[in-house]
Amino acid sequence: MTGAAMATETMDGNTAVAHIAYRVNEVCCIYPITPSSPMAELADEWSSKGIRNIWGGIPVVQEMQSEGGAAGAVHGSLQSGALTTTFTASQGLLLMLPNMFKIAGELTPAVFHVAARSIATQALSIFGDHQDIMAVRAAGFGMIGAASVQEAHDLALIAQAATLKSRVPFIHFMDGFRTSHEVNTLTLVPDEAIRAMIDDDLVRAHRLRALSPEHPVVRGTAHNPDTYFQARETTNPYYAATPEIVQTAMDRFAELTGRAYRLFRYEGHDAPERLVISMGSGAEVARETARWMAAKGDKVGALQVVLYRPFSTADFLAAVPDSVKSIAVLDRTKEPGGTGEPLYQDVVTALAAAGRAVRVIGGRYGLSSKDFRPGMVKAVFDELAADKPKNNFTVGIDDDVFGTSLDFDPDLDIEPEGTTRALFYGLGADGTVGANKNSVKILAEEQGRYAQGYFVYDSHKSGAETISHLRFGGAPIQAPYLIRQASFVACHKFEFLEKLDVLGAAAPGATFLLNAPHPPDEVWDALPRSVQAHIIDKKLKFLVIDASGVAQELGLGPRVNTILQTCFFAISGVLPRDEAIARIKASIEKSYGRKGGAIVRRNFAAVDAALAQLHEVEVPKEVTATSDLRPPVPADAPDFVRRVTGEMLAGRGDAIPVSAMPPDGTFPPGTTSYEKRNISDEVAAWDPDICIQCGQCSIVCPHSVIRTKYYEESGLEGAPDAFPSAPINARGFPGSRYTLQVYVEDCTGCALCVENCPVNSPTEPGRKAINLVDKRPILETERQNIAFFETLPLPERSRVNFANVRGVQFLDPLFEFNGACAGCGETPYLKLLSQLFGDRLQIANATGCSSIYGGNLPTTPWRAGADGRGPAWSNSLFEDNAEFGLGFRLAIDKQTETARSLLEGMAGEVGDELVQAILTAPQVTESDFTAQRQRVAALRTKLEERTDEASVTLLSLIDYLVRRSVWIVGGDGWAYDIGYGGVDHVLAQDRDVNLLVLDTEVYSNTGGQSSKATPLGASAKFAAAGKRVPRKDLAMQAIAYGYIYVAQIAMGANPEQALVAFREAEAYPGPSLILAYSHCIAHGIEMRDGMKQQARAAASGYWPLFRYDPTRRRRGENPFRLDSPRPRLKLEDFAYRELRFRVLTKLDPEGAATMLRQAQAAADERYRNYEDLAGRDGSRFLPNWEQP
Amino acid sequence: VTDLATDYLGLKLAHPVVASASPLARQFDGIRRLEDAGAAAIVMPSIYEEEIEAEDAAFSSLMEHGTLAQPEAAGYFPGHSAELGSLEGRVETLHRAAAACDVPVIASLNGSTPTGWVEFAHQLEDAGAAAIELNLYRVPTDPARTGEEVERDWLETVRLVRNAVSLPLAVKLGPWLSSPGNFATKLVENGANGLVMFNRFYEPDIDLQTLTPQPDLKLSRAYEIRQPLLWIALLARRIGASLAATSGVETHEEVVKYLLCGADVVMTTSSLLRHGPEHIATLKSGLVDWIDQRGFDSVADIRGRLAAARLAHPEAYVRAQYVSILTGYGQDGK
Repeated sequence: MTGAAMATETMDGNTAVAHIAYRVNEVCCIYPITPSSPMAELADEWSSKGIRNIWGGIPVVQEMQSEGGAAGAVHGSLQSGALTTTFTASQGLLLMLPNMFKIAGELTPAVFHVAARSIATQALSIFGDHQDIMAVRAAGFGMIGAASVQEAHDLALIAQAATLKSRVPFIHFMDGFRTSHEVNTLTLVPDEAIRAMIDDDLVRAHRLRALSPEHPVVRGTAHNPDTYFQARETTNPYYAATPEIVQTAMDRFAELTGRAYRLFRYEGHDAPERLVISMGSGAEVARETARWMAAKGDKVGALQVVLYRPFSTADFLAAVPDSVKSIAVLDRTKEPGGTGEPLYQDVVTALAAAGRAVRVIGGRYGLSSKDFRPGMVKAVFDELAADKPKNNFTVGIDDDVFGTSLDFDPDLDIEPEGTTRALFYGLGADGTVGANKNSVKILAEEQGRYAQGYFVYDSHKSGAETISHLRFGGAPIQAPYLIRQASFVACHKFEFLEKLDVLGAAAPGATFLLNAPHPPDEVWDALPRSVQAHIIDKKLKFLVIDASGVAQELGLGPRVNTILQTCFFAISGVLPRDEAIARIKASIEKSYGRKGGAIVRRNFAAVDAALAQLHEVEVPKEVTATSDLRPPVPADAPDFVRRVTGEMLAGRGDAIPVSAMPPDGTFPPGTTSYEKRNISDEVAAWDPDICIQCGQCSIVCPHSVIRTKYYEESGLEGAPDAFPSAPINARGFPGSRYTLQVYVEDCTGCALCVENCPVNSPTEPGRKAINLVDKRPILETERQNIAFFETLPLPERSRVNFANVRGVQFLDPLFEFNGACAGCGETPYLKLLSQLFGDRLQIANATGCSSIYGGNLPTTPWRAGADGRGPAWSNSLFEDNAEFGLGFRLAIDKQTETARSLLEGMAGEVGDELVQAILTAPQVTESDFTAQRQRVAALRTKLEERTDEASVTLLSLIDYLVRRSVWIVGGDGWAYDIGYGGVDHVLAQDRDVNLLVLDTEVYSNTGGQSSKATPLGASAKFAAAGKRVPRKDLAMQAIAYGYIYVAQIAMGANPEQALVAFREAEAYPGPSLILAYSHCIAHGIEMRDGMKQQARAAASGYWPLFRYDPTRRRRGENPFRLDSPRPRLKLEDFAYRELRFRVLTKLDPEGAATMLRQAQAAADERYRNYEDLAGRDGSRFLPNWEQP
Repeated sequence: VTDLATDYLGLKLAHPVVASASPLARQFDGIRRLEDAGAAAIVMPSIYEEEIEAEDAAFSSLMEHGTLAQPEAAGYFPGHSAELGSLEGRVETLHRAAAACDVPVIASLNGSTPTGWVEFAHQLEDAGAAAIELNLYRVPTDPARTGEEVERDWLETVRLVRNAVSLPLAVKLGPWLSSPGNFATKLVENGANGLVMFNRFYEPDIDLQTLTPQPDLKLSRAYEIRQPLLWIALLARRIGASLAATSGVETHEEVVKYLLCGADVVMTTSSLLRHGPEHIATLKSGLVDWIDQRGFDSVADIRGRLAAARLAHPEAYVRAQYVSILTGYGQDGK
């Protein structure tokens, strides 16, 4: 092997696995799912760049509509002779399960590469554990698991070699995030070695088994009781041979690369008495801890199960040293109700079969990427030494309910002396993570140096906090857990100091780098007490730089990454300063070099400025500050919010005990109001003098921070001096005042309101009636204003005009302060939904952006109103949302029917007039509902006095007498792709459900993958060269049914039309579908222009607005109304303002021009079709008969 | 047969009508269309270094927006789209056009930094440009800078590019100079092989509704040929460089006038935008008819017949015109 060929590189687990998988396959059928998506994206990127596999071909990458679809396509491709793979995780793997049984049953060689992830149970989690792979272990796939990035890379190849030889298909898994997203130094397998591992005779044998009309066979038959059983037993010899085949492949791999693997890998004491058995990254923590303990004389060892299926009992027994007296088996999964988790059961069974008298306990750890650290492993070893060790234990949590948990030392430090550890607290938008990934590369560039990077994000899409954990040193970094003792801590955002214990993980004598707006001689006084105390107590070296100021000056916006990266290298001394600077500059040139000089120059200037502006602070001897960390939530917050939500917000969620968590996934709503995030320095401010009170700012506000009220003049009594107020300009409210209050601490500064404001100051060019201003000077005043504003009464709903934007601004939003991207195009629709129907709204929410900003802890935005009523929200899955919502409707309808029938029978007891009034009441307008609620309240009073069975039952169903509004909400990935079958089926039922599709035309949540809503000529992942076919016209498909209410809306183009569509859909007693154009960060636009882009989308005919109302057909009228005028903009004038379209003008200018022409023609023709429809006679539509 | 052949920057052209920088020549298809319509050479729209950089900065910022900010989405665009620069697309179009067209495709460049001028020029040369037109225009907004300083910078730019590439260089200059002739001579001394006269400038209007400056560029009209006509007449055959006339070409008459004053080629954008690329054929046939009707044989026959160099006292000629206009004004009853 040449030196160059064995060179080390740094990459994450996904890249390391994809590198192999891409080279040894011909077809990849995939569907995006976190955390495995990057593997598929890389394969697609390499394919589009023409990178070849080991046979010189360019693999085909096919995105499917779901993982179920991907598995079907994989199966078909395998049956047709191509070497085929897929990448998936979690729910995706579960969706593949039926095909996995088929693929294995037919003895088809294939490797599925899995970034193992939690399963959605009481809650969804995108993070890593083994629940997914354990759930599919019965399928007959071999299972091989990696503990590190290097192992993931190597075992991917070993699995491929083994599957070809054994014909048993394999799952090759690594731990989601911990390994898939950890950047680490590894030695790549050279292409020659990959080539040498794959036996072409076996590849040809696979091809020969493929279906072919040249030598036809039948596969996929149906058997009867006489033969199925026997046929199922035919594969035993193949499974029996597999372990040896895998070991042979491992041995061959060792010959080629020098890295040796065993089916079961033991590390530790030569004659261990206590043994820990585990798989995945936890096994690396276990073996490092065992080694460390063994070196101190403890008779302990760790066994990693590398090949889990087929489970080779013989190899296992041989790998367990004879000296072992007690064993703890660690499972990163949960099997409620079982006698133990799967690996534990396998171990127990294997030992029992061999008659080995060893005490075995089993326990769980690390679910959902719960950090698994040496102290926890030691706790398990300690438990094994106990007289009566706990079985079915947990480690890593505080289980104060069932007492399963083991105590552990969270700070046990076993890392070798030579490892440097650094922590960086950054903002998602400031480039910290990118810079740190780059630093890892720089640090590991030289042979013999190793580096590791792992990145922790919070769950917000705007203003997210990131914590980067970097290690580097002269030996491979084998520490897949978070850093608890850092010798370098950088805080890239000053405000973090006020809410997170940033220096808690600083080791004594560490260096602390702070980005602060304060000069070196003033910064000390700005620090909270506990920060000062950390600095003094731990004798930290303290340096400060105003990186944000420097970045602003250099035109780098919020990107402080280069500046702070330079500071890190300059201070830490990990590389000679000049060398570090040279390498940073080289990497800047590499990143931006092709893009002209300005960006490179600015970043070079940033490097130079960083060194000039960096100052060491002389640390006083005493703590001087009077203030400390802000409490995460107000002291008067509800108990749960303080005990649970607040702890999560403060970064102490790991310490929350089991007893504090609800057992069934039920959480109180509306907790975002306790989290004052203050993510933007610029916030909206109202100018009462020129405001025309139109409500255009309020309706588009994605975060519900613009609230308006009207009230009697007398309401201003006791108002703070600065409280803004104006006479209301609507007729019929003499003497009333109007106030628009911005919730400045929740404002993200997105500026959608400013751009949507129709007012132009007559005297000041560019000034609107709402403008962005610096928050700091107004923060205190506005806090007081908000407090007073909240004391003003809410406008009465029955007096509000629901029909226009001006009126709707006065409706209380029951969806507020969500963590969506600043300027999100989806959330204004949800806020509107909550305003219009919130008090009787039940929402089924498909997984995606809307389920993340709608339901990701710590805080959630759906809330109850002043009367305690509000949207009841739930997320089931991604693929089943329409069905989930239909289920709501079925249950509601059934229970309403029961309630009505009970009520009918009780006319004598509770009064016939009331009963008839309730049963016949119209329930359409707000006043209808007010009246019905009053009747129901009267009924409740009567029923509460009664004890008969019927009354008690009716009381339990009484709420159903008020018509409930069921909304089924999700993105285009759900509606057009994965959930389309369900969407179609649910729409085809005669049930009153409302489907709202927040159409961003791309998979937004998982990072911009193409969906069937992606337009012709737009670039997206899996359509990098531009989508070649037009988007699906889902609206026309639904219209074809004839009895579905269908609307296509775009708030930025025509908010009144959107409003009408919402109300008509809700009122329509059958199925309704609203397609809501939602601008998105994935379009590559300045988000402040989002609503303008919506307007352009409609004005160019790209997104025509229309409503199809079957009730009009019933009246003999044309049900189709085209609400947007003929295109008056060229498509180009809309499209080329978005990076998704424009990027192709660079990538392939001529192709882009062709696609633009095609897209223009498609848009023109689509509009003409709609125009034809709108011009038809009503009788020319499918009849829509009155219900019998 | 009328011989329309001419020579521009050492390039042999079949006739003197050249399509100057315009949106028509932005894309490959448009360039082919201009060639099919009969353009003798095609100048692509200027590549503005500042525009490229601004576009790249905007791209980078949009591309980076939201990347690595949350665990599920490392970014929102296909990985390799981030690697694309704005210049590459333009250079690629030039590359394809140069390979596909039989007529010369000339690139136009407007740099803002010395490195930009040189690097961009290298790329244009590598992509197969037949020549480079340097678009020197820049508003000297700093009142403290003298005209001499400004001119020195421009000359320095020409020298830099001259030293960097071996392609023929044309310089497109503006008329607002104290001594255009002197500056033209210096341009040639510093390496320009030809001069394009004159550049038309962006002069914003004001929108009284929004109180904002409104950028728009009006297409040129035939009356605008006067100034270039004058200076081509004055410089033709005196400075040892090709001369291209641009501005105000609407019919073959302007073409003829420019040629008579000594232009080697006549460039037009506005007329092609107004009438379509096919207008080139109309200009050409008009030119042929005029030459034939006047009994000339070729473009070479008429070129420079009214150039100042052919006259004994050009200064006096210019002044005489000035005086005659003044003295003659009102005499015909106007």
